Amino acid sequence: MFTLEARATQSAYASWLSPLLALALTAVTGALIFLAMGKSPGIALYIYFIEPLTSWSGLSEVAVKAGPLILIGMGLSLGFRAGVWNIGAEGQFIAGALLGSAPAVYFFDSTNPLILPCMMLLGILGGMAWAAMPALLKTRFNANEILVSLMLVYVAELLLVHLVQGPWRNPQGWGFPGTRMFPDVALLPMFFPGYRVHLGTLIAVLIPFVAWFVLTRTRFGFQIRVFGSAPLAARHAGIGSSQMVWTTLLVGGGLAGLAGVMEAASTIGQLMPKISPGYGFTAIIVAFLGRLHPVGVLLAGTVIAVTYIGGESAQISAGLPKAVTGLFQGIILFYLLAFDLLTRYRLTRVKTRGNTA
Amino acid sequence: MNDKPLLQLKGIGKAFPGCIANDDIDLEIAPGEIHALLGENGAGKSTLVKIIYGVLRPDQGTLCWRGDDMTIDNPASARSLGIGMVFQHFSLFESMTTLENVALALPPQDLDELRGRLETTAQDYGLTLHPDRHVYDLSMGERQRIEIVRCLLQNPSLLILDEPTSVLTPQETEVLFATLRQLASEGRSILYISHKLEEVRSLCDRATILRGGKRVDDCNPAEETAQSLAEKMIGRRVESAKGHSGTATSEVRLKVADLSVRSDEPHGTDISDVSFSVHAGEILGIAGIAGNGQTELMNALSGETGAPQAGQIEILETDASRLGPMARRQLGAVFVPEERVGQAAVSDLTLVQNSFLTSAFRMGFVSRGIINWPGVSRYTEEILDKFDVKATGTDALASSLSGGNLQKFIMGREILQGPQLLVVSQPTWGVDAGAAAAIHEKIQQMISAGAGALVISQDLDEIFALSDRIAVISQGRLSAPRPTGEVTTEEVGLLMGASGPTADTDSHVHA
Repeated sequence: MFTLEARATQSAYASWLSPLLALALTAVTGALIFLAMGKSPGIALYIYFIEPLTSWSGLSEVAVKAGPLILIGMGLSLGFRAGVWNIGAEGQFIAGALLGSAPAVYFFDSTNPLILPCMMLLGILGGMAWAAMPALLKTRFNANEILVSLMLVYVAELLLVHLVQGPWRNPQGWGFPGTRMFPDVALLPMFFPGYRVHLGTLIAVLIPFVAWFVLTRTRFGFQIRVFGSAPLAARHAGIGSSQMVWTTLLVGGGLAGLAGVMEAASTIGQLMPKISPGYGFTAIIVAFLGRLHPVGVLLAGTVIAVTYIGGESAQISAGLPKAVTGLFQGIILFYLLAFDLLTRYRLTRVKTRGNTA
Repeated sequence: MNDKPLLQLKGIGKAFPGCIANDDIDLEIAPGEIHALLGENGAGKSTLVKIIYGVLRPDQGTLCWRGDDMTIDNPASARSLGIGMVFQHFSLFESMTTLENVALALPPQDLDELRGRLETTAQDYGLTLHPDRHVYDLSMGERQRIEIVRCLLQNPSLLILDEPTSVLTPQETEVLFATLRQLASEGRSILYISHKLEEVRSLCDRATILRGGKRVDDCNPAEETAQSLAEKMIGRRVESAKGHSGTATSEVRLKVADLSVRSDEPHGTDISDVSFSVHAGEILGIAGIAGNGQTELMNALSGETGAPQAGQIEILETDASRLGPMARRQLGAVFVPEERVGQAAVSDLTLVQNSFLTSAFRMGFVSRGIINWPGVSRYTEEILDKFDVKATGTDALASSLSGGNLQKFIMGREILQGPQLLVVSQPTWGVDAGAAAAIHEKIQQMISAGAGALVISQDLDEIFALSDRIAVISQGRLSAPRPTGEVTTEEVGLLMGASGPTADTDSHVHA
């Protein structure tokens, strides 16, 4: 018999070591899986993890994929620090994309450059509105925000499908689901011809630094930390619990909504039935892999983006199935949680002697 | 008494990482002796007792039971030798009855037969118990009786009691002492752990005094004075607390009128129709046994729970009933709850961050949402300095401070905010005598300077030492405050047990 025993102390160093160990073990496990599939593990791992970083276009693609992950992961990590479990960022991402795209859909021949900031703002509001529902139900009826936010993901997905197949469908689109292409003024500017890195990517890189300032220097950031680690102390210091639920959900929803509209207004350029390869869910892994720390989220977002791009090139050059991407992300999370458990607890053997005290 | 000691400890040593809890301790308990183990918090009493009861193994030394060397592997083998223990924190299931709780601790047997034995044993020792009442319905004194009877049913030769009177009224304490004397007269030995000197003097035949993990003396407490015992325990002279020089003025600092609050805890106590006021220049003490509504009252006053109706709580003559904790602090009040870790302080934050927790606005550390950390840091240094807090620095984690130092830090954090009203619960709970005296002195200084204070405490000595007026909380109701000089400990004790579940009526079984 084994039992888990809480460790007396846990070092900060161990909490940063566990993501690194998780990544290393993921590579080892990946190698074994490739071997079992009859592929050379060395080449497959190279294609998967290294190749995307060896060319400018690969780096640009990684950055484009990392953008939404970092934005959403950052918002989620604020909530997770406060003990508010928003699992529905995917829905908030879609809601942001929907509301934010409305100007581009309705004014499809616009040439007014103000349409873009307007779309960004609406995107943030859309994400916030979607996150406001779990916040309201949590604070009014104590409804579990995990369930509510998760279920709203499916509502958002169906709403998107309905709009792009119905009212918002492109009349000149030969019946395919999808809106008209956005006008040029409604697209985020790109920096380098031939590469897809855009203004949204830059914003995504800057947000963690803003979050870092908020967490360490402002009263709001302080409140988040206290509320998450000692709710009674938060109450003693006058930090209202509904206020924290509302603010963290709204910030998380707003950032996911911003990521959503920026995705629609950049690489896609229109709305389609599917606009996210699961960014909202993968960002949960990003938040935890990054230890809920702004700089950590920035790094983790990049690492996870590599698994997306590596997965694509592994399909093309190594003939591996698409499912490998999800598999890798799952294995990373699995090892991360395992190591986190072991930094907090130690596995001890229990003597199975009749010792009923 | 017979010559052979029942239990003899020789050279017991036990070290934990970073501290030597027991260092070469000798102890002898004769049959039929009531032996006190006296010492401050952290002196090593608990470690020694855990070694005797088989919870911990000593690193060094031997243990002799009735003249034979023994190793006691676990509490079960301690019990089979005839050692019983009543812990300070009871191990009872609240939702089960007395009888069920007793049955759980014993080998499986017929419940009806056990009921008979339980009732006889309880009667023999003058311990009133009702086998079918649920534990959540019982007072602390009654719960303790269950623990004692549960031990007695196993016919122990040595009974260990850890701080048994900390949850009792003076009257309940008398009943307990009568029981203990009866047990001793039957030849059973008792190891009585306490830091209350008067109790030890009146009850115990011998006392072993521990300080800093070492045995410093072995004496007959009846031949000592409380002062001499205290000096042995602390290692230096203790100054008895000086009173404050403030005089109560007509200026009202806190006024509570017909306050009723429903508890938000499952077995909590509702507050009903509590009224009192605290004036500038005085300390109002509220005595009472734990769980009689102190927590609920404290949280209602600080604004943490409940939403009293308008006009029920006035702080500095402003209606604060609907205000949150920070707004009440802005009016000039500070609050120190009983729970230090997790409520008054956050253990995984630094002292600087903990200083900011409640001083954010009163000290003006926030401007446009941005925190002035250098300012907070200077304030923290001032707290450590003026309140003599032993810490590695302002960036030490709160969890690295001992209980006494953390309490000094929290008191410092509040008092240095220069409040006109201090509301504090259990100011010196679990704090060593030196730190307790320091905390009392700081409270007195505050009052001399014109502030008012409400002190809620289960420690009657503390209430009598500090208060100008005393009220008693029982079952969520507060008695009328009376000047300290006009009440006796006995009167307060009666009020503490008044109309409570201690009154042995069956009227509210299954209430």
